Amino acid sequence: MPVNYRLATDRVIKHLSGTFLAVSLLVILAILVGLSIKSSPLLSEVSLWEVLTTSIWAPMKGRFGFLSFIMGTVWVTVIALFIAVPLCLAASVYLVEYGSKRLRALVLPLVNVLAAIPPVLYGVWGVLFVVPIISDYVAPIFGVSSSGYSVFSGGIVLAVMIFPIMVSIMVEVLKTIPAELRSVSLSLGATRLETIQHVVLKKARPGIMAAIVLAVSRAFGETIAVLMVCGNIPQIPKSIFDAGYPLPALIANNFGEMMSIPLYDSALMLAALLLFVIILGFNLLSRGILRKMEVEKI
Amino acid sequence: MSSIKKRLRKEKIAKLLMQFSGILITGSLFFIIGTILYKGLPHLTLDMITQTPKGGFYIGKDGGILNAILGSLYLAGLSTLLAVLIGIPICIYLNMYVKKGSTLAKTAKLIFDVLFGIPSIVYGAIAFSIMIWLGVRASLLGGVITITLLTIPIVVRTLDELLQTIPAELNQITKSLGATRWESAKVMLSYIKPGLFTAILLAFGRAIGDVAGVLLTTGFSDNIPVYLDEPTATLPLAIFFQLSSPIPEVQGRAYASALILTFIILSIVICTQYLASKQRKNRG
Repeated sequence: MPVNYRLATDRVIKHLSGTFLAVSLLVILAILVGLSIKSSPLLSEVSLWEVLTTSIWAPMKGRFGFLSFIMGTVWVTVIALFIAVPLCLAASVYLVEYGSKRLRALVLPLVNVLAAIPPVLYGVWGVLFVVPIISDYVAPIFGVSSSGYSVFSGGIVLAVMIFPIMVSIMVEVLKTIPAELRSVSLSLGATRLETIQHVVLKKARPGIMAAIVLAVSRAFGETIAVLMVCGNIPQIPKSIFDAGYPLPALIANNFGEMMSIPLYDSALMLAALLLFVIILGFNLLSRGILRKMEVEKI
Repeated sequence: MSSIKKRLRKEKIAKLLMQFSGILITGSLFFIIGTILYKGLPHLTLDMITQTPKGGFYIGKDGGILNAILGSLYLAGLSTLLAVLIGIPICIYLNMYVKKGSTLAKTAKLIFDVLFGIPSIVYGAIAFSIMIWLGVRASLLGGVITITLLTIPIVVRTLDELLQTIPAELNQITKSLGATRWESAKVMLSYIKPGLFTAILLAFGRAIGDVAGVLLTTGFSDNIPVYLDEPTATLPLAIFFQLSSPIPEVQGRAYASALILTFIILSIVICTQYLASKQRKNRG
């Protein structure tokens, strides 16, 4: 009797937890299907190609061109990568190749605290610090007048936001490079730096690329912080001091009013679907590479 | 050739640049906190955390953001609770009932990784359309469901990593004593107890800081929520709205609110670090 009871409990737990698992895994499918259904009305009126390549945004007239928003996202992301990749790569190389264990134990937790800071606080920091610096000091150097609310500010804020994910993955990737490879190169008379350049980084290249791709997918979906600092004017930015309007900001800003205009909700759902598909693809790609390299921690 | 000197000098310069990058990255943390502290401290008053908004609060009159602080705590607390109640069984299933390294276990882990990477605005958008479809208005409940979806992957991934660190012998021993899989799972869970709290705190931290997900689903209200179907203010949203105000007094309150949120987040971080070190000691 007690054994039976225990086995029954075991079986109940098994089925219950299995159901939980199945349901949570279905979430991803549900998102995909739901967004596709919701965005289909727009796509039955205009082709996907037209939506992606035109930049006229006039919901009242039924014109939904995403190009400005896509370019806004691309600008902000590229600027963020230009800032974050060299810095994070250099710092990670230093931590793994030159830094002592104690230094790593000191620095890495601090970097992880950056990951714990909520996006809205990054936004506040951007508004309080980055935006004024850009408008008062940086833009005048280039002889441009700018309000500071620009894709450049968005890029800077985003760069800081992706520091932690980049550093932690890059450090893990570099740690997987076998010590023998380094010793061989060093014993042939290469300096530490040359060993890093020609041996370590070469071997770590796929993992580093994966780290960058993962950071890109994080950057793509970041909503509030970027929304707060990059101006939100639907135009294709021409310089880094121009305002931009990234896709996630579009969704966040217009959800309230979408119900009253035909096809508006469909267009916003298409924006969400685009974000979702891009991020899904990037994630699968880079996680696949990282798994192959047996980098577990992210 | 004195090229070796040149090569070594090059190395020295590179090393300096690397150190500089490291300092810049680590320093950005103190820089952000410093900026918020500097701007927020002068505006921080006791009223901010003990009162709800009075009439005209958003044009600079009296009141505080107690409604948003409590709203955030309710929202994050409830969704973390739900996420843990769903996440722990999932982890147990993946680690105890499924063979290690099986396709299901691997795929499931990959999918949770991917779910973790999906931006909260997408969760928000989905939840919002479902709520419209069901005729539910923006409310605490809507926010809780959205944020729960957001936090389940965090709980699952963190716990899974912890369960990996348990020596396989422990599992074998409990089973050889005749324990069922569920009973040995309970042994495992008590083994990772400090780590369990870390996972909970991580999820709570993410839940309390999220804006994009709750922007569409919880609405906003000046009252402290009593029931699940009431619209609720959250701290990040309060910061966001106050900051976009043109009135300096209200902007100042946004800085102070940001400071309060920073304080909450940093306390969570300190607790997680403490628990993580305890977990390491526990492991011996």
